[in-house]
Amino acid sequence: MKTLKDLFKDYRFSFSFSVLVIILIMAFLSIFSPHDPTLWNVVPRDLKPSAKYLLGTDSNGQDIFWQATFAVRNSLIISLIAALVSRVIAILVGMIAGYTGGNTDRVLMFIGDSLLVIPLFLIMVMLAMMVRQFMNLVVLGLLLSIFGWAWDARVIRSVILSLRERDFTKTAVLSGTGTVKLVLTEYMPFAMPLIFSTLINNISWAIGLEMTLAILGLVNLNIPTLGTMLNWALFYQSILLGRWWWILTPVVLALFLFIALYWLSISISEYLDPRTRIQRVGA
Amino acid sequence: MDKLLDVQHLSKEYNLGSLIARTRITAVDQVTFYIKPAEIFTLAGESGCGKTTTAKVVLGFEEAGSGIVLFNNNPRTRKEKVWITEGVQAIFQDPFSTFNPLRTVDSYFFETVRNYKLARRREEVIAIIDHTLKAVGLSYPEFAGKYPNEFSGGQLQRISIARALVTNPKLIIADEPVSMVDASLRMSIVNLFKQLRDELGVSILYITHDLATAYYVSDRIAIMFRGNIVEMGPVEEVLMSPKHSYTKLLRESIPEADPHKRWTSTISLTELESEEYLRSGCKFAGRCPGAQDICKEVVPEDVYIDNILVKCHKYIENCGYSNN
Amino acid sequence: MIEKEQTILRTEQLKAFYVLDVHGTQKVAKAVNEIDLEIYENEIYGIAGESGCGKTTLLKALYNAIEPPLRLMGGHVYYFIDNVGLDVTTLDAEEKRKLRLEYISYVPQGSMSVLNPVLKLKETYRDFVSSHVRGKTRQEAFELARQHIGELGLPHNVLDAYPHQLSGGMRQRVTIALATLLKPRIIIADEPTTALDVVVQRGVIQMLKDIQKKFKNTIILVTHDMGVHANIVDRIGIMYAGKIVEEAPTEQIFDQPLHPYTQFLINSLPKFGDKTTRTSVPGSPPSLVDLPAGCPFHPRCPHAKDICTQQMPGFYYRGEDHKVACWLFGEDNHG
Repeated sequence: MKTLKDLFKDYRFSFSFSVLVIILIMAFLSIFSPHDPTLWNVVPRDLKPSAKYLLGTDSNGQDIFWQATFAVRNSLIISLIAALVSRVIAILVGMIAGYTGGNTDRVLMFIGDSLLVIPLFLIMVMLAMMVRQFMNLVVLGLLLSIFGWAWDARVIRSVILSLRERDFTKTAVLSGTGTVKLVLTEYMPFAMPLIFSTLINNISWAIGLEMTLAILGLVNLNIPTLGTMLNWALFYQSILLGRWWWILTPVVLALFLFIALYWLSISISEYLDPRTRIQRVGA
Repeated sequence: MDKLLDVQHLSKEYNLGSLIARTRITAVDQVTFYIKPAEIFTLAGESGCGKTTTAKVVLGFEEAGSGIVLFNNNPRTRKEKVWITEGVQAIFQDPFSTFNPLRTVDSYFFETVRNYKLARRREEVIAIIDHTLKAVGLSYPEFAGKYPNEFSGGQLQRISIARALVTNPKLIIADEPVSMVDASLRMSIVNLFKQLRDELGVSILYITHDLATAYYVSDRIAIMFRGNIVEMGPVEEVLMSPKHSYTKLLRESIPEADPHKRWTSTISLTELESEEYLRSGCKFAGRCPGAQDICKEVVPEDVYIDNILVKCHKYIENCGYSNN
Repeated sequence: MIEKEQTILRTEQLKAFYVLDVHGTQKVAKAVNEIDLEIYENEIYGIAGESGCGKTTLLKALYNAIEPPLRLMGGHVYYFIDNVGLDVTTLDAEEKRKLRLEYISYVPQGSMSVLNPVLKLKETYRDFVSSHVRGKTRQEAFELARQHIGELGLPHNVLDAYPHQLSGGMRQRVTIALATLLKPRIIIADEPTTALDVVVQRGVIQMLKDIQKKFKNTIILVTHDMGVHANIVDRIGIMYAGKIVEEAPTEQIFDQPLHPYTQFLINSLPKFGDKTTRTSVPGSPPSLVDLPAGCPFHPRCPHAKDICTQQMPGFYYRGEDHKVACWLFGEDNHG
């Protein structure tokens, strides 16, 4: 497609794309894992990377490579759920608040602002401790999504507010377009770059938050994620004991993931920016 | 008499925050006028006189502070938007902001036809669109699939008029339709208005500050100044023999395209516009060459002289204005 | 009969094109296409034409502000300082800067927006004076500004205001006052009255007239509004698709327009007292990227002949000061 070709001209997009493809392949490979990630002592412990164990083994007796495939997969699932759900909430709230205005706007923004102002971390810790027993990927994802929408809702709302005053809104109203269709067809193209970049940022944020919670031990440590791997590695003093293969795996993976997601979001949102898009249109 | 649009005692106030801490400015003050079927009526005045606000209220984009707006003798309120837009349409000043730059122009036409259920099958829809485009001198093939920035300003404004014609409106509100179009191309748009009136019986509320095109195209005209209508009547009388001092000033200030008729007198513009809005009494008293004490204290009444409405103490008997 | 004054600005076969790169293909917009102008001291010269004919580019070239994607493709621009011609296209940045605002000044389109919104006007004026005139204390600079503003008929309290407190028209006049503070010999104004109300427009035009009368300098005024030209301009150059197609004193342009395009321009203007139907120029202006061969006006011209589609006409002179580029006036008499 022409868009993809244009996007690949940007080195940032190419890099991110490749990294993400690799990570997705890793996540996919988890299906073929010969070991059950939740069991212990399936392989000899603390072995350095070798031909047999590509990334070595950890102190729980797990193959790090296969652990990593699960970790990557689960982290992505959690963060995708968190990002998508919070996107939907942000779009709904932002558009309703922006277009309707009045008291609806005030109430929605009040709720959003409260969520922004409350010290996120303390609340998360509290909630995490409460739902620890039911904690699985989906629950964690939803939990994260509750806190991810407020900022973006406000941003989307301000885009809607400014677009509402433009003449083409009036033209659409005079063309008989109903409110919902108007907001979707007229405003969405302007909001797209925003939504896209915040989506990707949100994924990053969710991964980061999950890792933080995991290191503090507030999630179910039996489910392998990038965070829990890190937790176990620290727990077993892998830095002190020089077991670099264990601690570095989640760290390096997470690093590449963050950089790739960041560059992906800015290259795409620059491409979708209405101002540069208008220049490309009809040229 | 048949009144297509009847505006009675319309008023609207705004709060101003930044300029002069929190004052209420009466943008539209007891404005009353009517438009007949198949008539071009001009609402003229400089920017800030309230003409655009009046248009917004008539279209339903703003709520009136007080007063009534009747269309075909039915009162209109903001809620009945769908009903009003079938009979009333609008075109705006900047053709490039009238259309969403990220959408093709024809998508608005398709939407209008579908929303008002004017046709079903695609061929019928295109036939209707082609018909309205022909009315403005364009055709469907040269217009389909294009984005706003692929047209010139003049063409886009004509497309905007075509879009307004799709629903066969009885009244088109044109807000400064030619001020962003080159002076040499204005005639084509303005001639189009005449054609719409004569051939389709459409009435036009023409809002402008360009009195030259207003004279050329309109039947009746109302001059607005800081929210009030100060003179109103048939365009020939109002513009060729103006009675109100402001109308005279406007008329004289138009640079005529004739080097033998250059301005000989000069004017002074020493008052900041914001001060004029807050005057008590006649708002023009600050600049009026014939201002007397009564003008600065009492708001003049509307008075009719041979069919023309004037809002000036000079023409009111026994009001304290000395005419000698 | 106007006594011939000294030339103050001249262009010779000036060519300035926009070179654009759109998705890998190069497109050239011939905005200023072999233009010869001779502008005298103590006159107001008007340039008239539709949007997209290249007027603003011509002004940029006259003001010597040619920057990419605009490129000087040929020709010269001469300023005559103390009767000595100086080819300004060869100057470096510092020399250019010195000439600007002291010798030649530019009032751009929409200049009501060029004032710094967070500074009071007196600060803007002070900055301006101190950066261009050495040896003036802040107080002296301020006095200079105040005097100038008063001379031009603006209210004194304007200097204490912020730009957003003034209306568009007032800001425009303030910007013109700023551009003329150092009494430049040439003032270039690009559409100074567009988007202004008619009464304010009159104030701006009056101001320009006063400035010219007082300082006896030259004003080059670009606008598509023929009414403005009729009222204040001494000579008019009609511009079409990057070329000057007719040039004459104002009365002659209005009373005896020779070029078909000029005729359309004049006849399309509404006149008070006359409600007969008028028509505007048919068709649309050509794209500067894709110009027709020969005379650029021939697709819209009701009198087009074969030669019009092949060759660009040179100038035919009627009398001393009226020239027109059109094949209707003899096919061999062309310079």
